Amino acid sequence: MAQLTMVKALNLAMAEAMREDPNVLVLGQDVGRDEGVFRVTEGLLREFGPDRCIDTPLAEAAIVGAGIGLAFTGFRPICEIQFDGFSFQAFHQIENHVRRFRHRTRGRYTCPLVIRMPYGGGIRAVEHHSEAPEATYAHLVGLKVVIPSGPRNARALLRAAIFDPDPVIFFEPKAVYRAVREEVPDLPETMPLGKGVVARPGKNITLITYGAMLRPTLEAAEELADGYDLEAEVLDLLSVAPLDSELINASVRKTGRAVVIHEAPRHCGVGAEIVARIVEDSLLYLEAPVKRVTGYDTIIPYFSNELTYLPDAGRIVRAALETVRF
Amino acid sequence: MPRELISLPQRVESLSVLGPDGTLDRALEPQVEESDLLRLYKTMLTSRRLDERCLMLQRQGRLGTYGPSRGQEAASLGVAYVLRKDDWLVPSFRETAALLWRGWPISTWLLYWGGYEAGNVVPPGINDLPACVPIASQCQYGMGIAWGCKLRGQQRVCATFCGDGGTSEGDFHEALNFAGVYHLPFIMVVQNNQWAISIPRSCQTAATTIAQKAVAYGFDGLQVDGNDLLAMIVATREAVEKARTGGGPTLIEAVTYRLGVHTTADDPKKYRKEEEVKLWEQRDPLPRFENYLRQRKLLTDKGKEVIEEQIAAELDEHVRKYEQYQLDPLEFFDHMYAEPTPDLRRQREELRCYLESKKSAAATSPARV
Repeated sequence: MAQLTMVKALNLAMAEAMREDPNVLVLGQDVGRDEGVFRVTEGLLREFGPDRCIDTPLAEAAIVGAGIGLAFTGFRPICEIQFDGFSFQAFHQIENHVRRFRHRTRGRYTCPLVIRMPYGGGIRAVEHHSEAPEATYAHLVGLKVVIPSGPRNARALLRAAIFDPDPVIFFEPKAVYRAVREEVPDLPETMPLGKGVVARPGKNITLITYGAMLRPTLEAAEELADGYDLEAEVLDLLSVAPLDSELINASVRKTGRAVVIHEAPRHCGVGAEIVARIVEDSLLYLEAPVKRVTGYDTIIPYFSNELTYLPDAGRIVRAALETVRF
Repeated sequence: MPRELISLPQRVESLSVLGPDGTLDRALEPQVEESDLLRLYKTMLTSRRLDERCLMLQRQGRLGTYGPSRGQEAASLGVAYVLRKDDWLVPSFRETAALLWRGWPISTWLLYWGGYEAGNVVPPGINDLPACVPIASQCQYGMGIAWGCKLRGQQRVCATFCGDGGTSEGDFHEALNFAGVYHLPFIMVVQNNQWAISIPRSCQTAATTIAQKAVAYGFDGLQVDGNDLLAMIVATREAVEKARTGGGPTLIEAVTYRLGVHTTADDPKKYRKEEEVKLWEQRDPLPRFENYLRQRKLLTDKGKEVIEEQIAAELDEHVRKYEQYQLDPLEFFDHMYAEPTPDLRRQREELRCYLESKKSAAATSPARV
């Protein structure tokens, strides 16, 4: 067991997969000699050489487009997009091709790519470097969209994504990259895609979240327990497509109350989908309307003011109390 | 030396072998088996007749919107002829002749334009991609395929097609740039048919040629008379040989002309002059190649008649097959993922029940007036 940051854990997952399967390769901007701007690809060029850890010219659409062609010739490419905000320069390749090839060729050609990118705000970055576009990608059926919350699940989920037969958008919360260390087992482990976990059990209210928002949500749960004698159940979704409806509804049926927390804007966010599923499947179990604590429907403010925008434990506690006192 | 001309190692040349008037450059004439010459002719003619049949079927409401490739048959066929079976061909959507040569069943092509996903089912044993509608986006995965072949040390090549309009897209340039940087066995064929719907080639780029764009990416470009099947064969052989032996990519600009409509939803009278079409009809690749065969005594009137009859019978057979295709209305739920998600299972069941209920309602209730 080693205490690893998320950066190190992701690096470990890639190295393990590349050792096991010669078809796994990494391509992207600055992933080789520079070892990635966040150092997630550290050591991969040294160990696997320039044909498997590939520094590319600066073109997101070509990184993803080449990944499709490489997949057709039997590779399992991991495409690194340097920042969430730049993924849109590859968006048409993802929308038009990555997610469609299996369907349009009736299973003949598939795109088992992983498209990794640093995700979300909170690290005082320049504009276009703090976006949370998960709902945009979750809406593109045919993709799987994964957002780990800590080092251990990041390593297990990335492994699952690499060996998954379908394309996976893999969002890595930058705010978590180096913020925490966690015990990560020596042997590779995997977690199922499309399944969430109970991060903290409880019976009075369900707090549903993912990614970097898990930490403020757990803090809020702590505060609710200490200050208000409320046992909040915290769900960490880990995947936003497919969405673990079963987990969400089972918890809400137990607690009768729910708050959804994410850092992306509220309008048409993943929270809207979660609320819809609760209403469809568990309406009569609800004791109060479901609340959303999210980013606002604005561009995320530049970093001097980004913490005002991002949900914190205070906002979550307030929403939870309103729900309980409804 | 404050200012001097930079000399570049890349070349941009033009090539034609068999002129529109039948003039043949014997020094450049490619060696092609006589039986192949006849098969090539039959494929070109099949493509032409298939186009005509599709336009008719579309007018009769038996086919959807159709994009004919009339006048461009030689440009794609010459490339397909040179490729090995295990090479990759990545089409845009006006490579009908190439796909026929590669062994795509006519009925599959009809299914595609008839609005069935089954039209994208690539026949087994062929490394081809189906048609690609988002302009030039196929250049990127074509480049990726070439890259994969190189990384695997397979000595296979990937020929990818787009049109003159496609050369304005970023994907075209990104793909060529990567192909140059990684020295890929990639052959980019631009079917310059002079029109991107209503925008003429002169408004698409200020460059003198499309072939010269290769120079910016560090490899050679070749402008070929795309209506000259022999020239297309010569150009592709050169490019394939180079790619297979580690010489990197080539850009081939096939200068041709879209004699027909962009698609059946288009009226070219709105934007181009009839005289221009007439001029290009004189450069039609089909009679040009036919005359070449006649001069070589490989084709007679009687021989042509037999080929026409064979083609008509084949088309009848495939149209029948296409129209007999049985669609499972729920099959669009398949192949979203390797395993259907719980949501997809639920939605499929929801629709199945609804369709069943509609069917039984129709069976039990009297017809509405």
